[in-house]
Amino acid sequence: MPEHQSLLLSSSPHVFTNVSVRRLMLNVIIALLPVTVYGISIFGFSAARVVLTSVVSCVLFEIIFRAIIHSKQNFGDLSAVVTGLLLALILPPSTPSWMVAIGALASIVVAKEFFGGLGHNPFNPALIGRAILLMSFPAALTSWHRPPLDALGGASLTDALSTATPLAILKDGGTLMGAAGSLGTDSLPDFYTALFFGNHAGCIGETSILLILIGGVFLIATKTIVCATPVAMLAVTALFSALLGVDPLFSVLSGGVVFGAFFMATDYATTPLTTAGKVLFGAGAAVVLVLIRQFGGYPEGVTYGILMMNAVVPYLNKLREKKYGSIGKGAKK
Amino acid sequence: MNKALSIFLRGIVIENPLAIIMIGLCSSVAVTTSVANGIGMTAGMVFVLLCSELIISLFRKVIPGNIRMPIFIVVIAAFTTMVDIIMQAYFPDLSEAMGVFIPLIVVNCIIMGRVEAFASRENAGHAVLDALGMGVGYAWVLIGMSVVRELLGNGTILGFQIMPESYQPVLFFVLPPGGFLVFALFIALNIALKKLWLGQDYKGGK
Repeated sequence: MPEHQSLLLSSSPHVFTNVSVRRLMLNVIIALLPVTVYGISIFGFSAARVVLTSVVSCVLFEIIFRAIIHSKQNFGDLSAVVTGLLLALILPPSTPSWMVAIGALASIVVAKEFFGGLGHNPFNPALIGRAILLMSFPAALTSWHRPPLDALGGASLTDALSTATPLAILKDGGTLMGAAGSLGTDSLPDFYTALFFGNHAGCIGETSILLILIGGVFLIATKTIVCATPVAMLAVTALFSALLGVDPLFSVLSGGVVFGAFFMATDYATTPLTTAGKVLFGAGAAVVLVLIRQFGGYPEGVTYGILMMNAVVPYLNKLREKKYGSIGKGAKK
Repeated sequence: MNKALSIFLRGIVIENPLAIIMIGLCSSVAVTTSVANGIGMTAGMVFVLLCSELIISLFRKVIPGNIRMPIFIVVIAAFTTMVDIIMQAYFPDLSEAMGVFIPLIVVNCIIMGRVEAFASRENAGHAVLDALGMGVGYAWVLIGMSVVRELLGNGTILGFQIMPESYQPVLFFVLPPGGFLVFALFIALNIALKKLWLGQDYKGGK
């Protein structure tokens, strides 16, 4: 076909940028690579199995579902890969493969495709996957393994050792120093350092704060996300924890707050559009998660914090400094 | 005869009280955690619906319009109390398991809705057919939901182990969020059935 015959006639907008869904998703995958590789390196084969199962089943479920409803296939935009990767990174490394597959089904089919696919889902798909798994299999989803190479640097003889996360130790009435002792540290600064570098029990991707921050800075530098939500979420987590008498630094460094703040609370479809909305979203998620940690039944509340704020996003989106087309304060009438 | 048949068939899919009219949902999501509960609830509902529609249809000409609601409530409450007492006497376990949802049949929207919209203006024969049709529609959705939820959430049906021993129950399905999901899937199933049933006449939407 000659060049001029392939011209398109279309309505506005006519200006395009080279930013595509695929490009943004690729950025997220690049940002997640350090934590993924680190998670696999400390938790071993089991973590690699979870990551692989999750990504493959997410992509497969999306292809199968879209084939069933005769909808356009769009696995090329990599969004299912990102969902799969995020889901794997917020699961314990010992999760059985079939549970991971159920989580992927919940994420892709229930949380995303049932609502109309990418961009139409009100709730973060990966978090829905985790929430459904946590409800269905509480035992499997809260059994943690210490990294095979223990914190003291010596190679351990066993493949994996059952242990509690620092947050779970506190939930069961333990002290901060007790939690510190579980990582083989005997002073608070050492404990913070251990939490920061991440060689401790937890979900595959949430342990190393350092590598999450590197990924987050990469996303901000490439303008994939803006820093409003993560900053608000982390700051309010620290402030509100301090207010309730919990060590603020420990609150931020333990569990999945940092991971959630950079990778879950910044999802495009499920978070507010305006800066004011983003700040409130982060702050609200932080308040809920601290309340759950302090008073709720679970040791960790990041999942539910972010999911609950997802539900109020339509209201947060109404917060604008000025209505479009209005002039001054008297413009309403 | 044709009209009578269409009154009966209407409630099954085309105007399914749960999946199309979407009333009486609270108790439906709450009791469908086990098949026994589902069957018990259905039996109670259908009995009350049938008797109330019949009685109110028979007396429709003597019920004054402006106090019809209290009269409907009295009639429905009488039959609900019967169901409640019979269940307590003969099925104490079931009565225990369903707790407050049996007395709450009094204010179930399906019964109030059918009595107000149908039985108070149609003759007794039609009212009975309407109650039976709605009852069948209610039954298949409610019992269907409880089969899915008990099977997946507990691995059993009516307490008998159906799934293999190695099956690990997905607790999500017996918890309230799973109830909403299963209910949504039944709405989708019912819409698909309605499309099949009506064929060319299907207008879309509900």
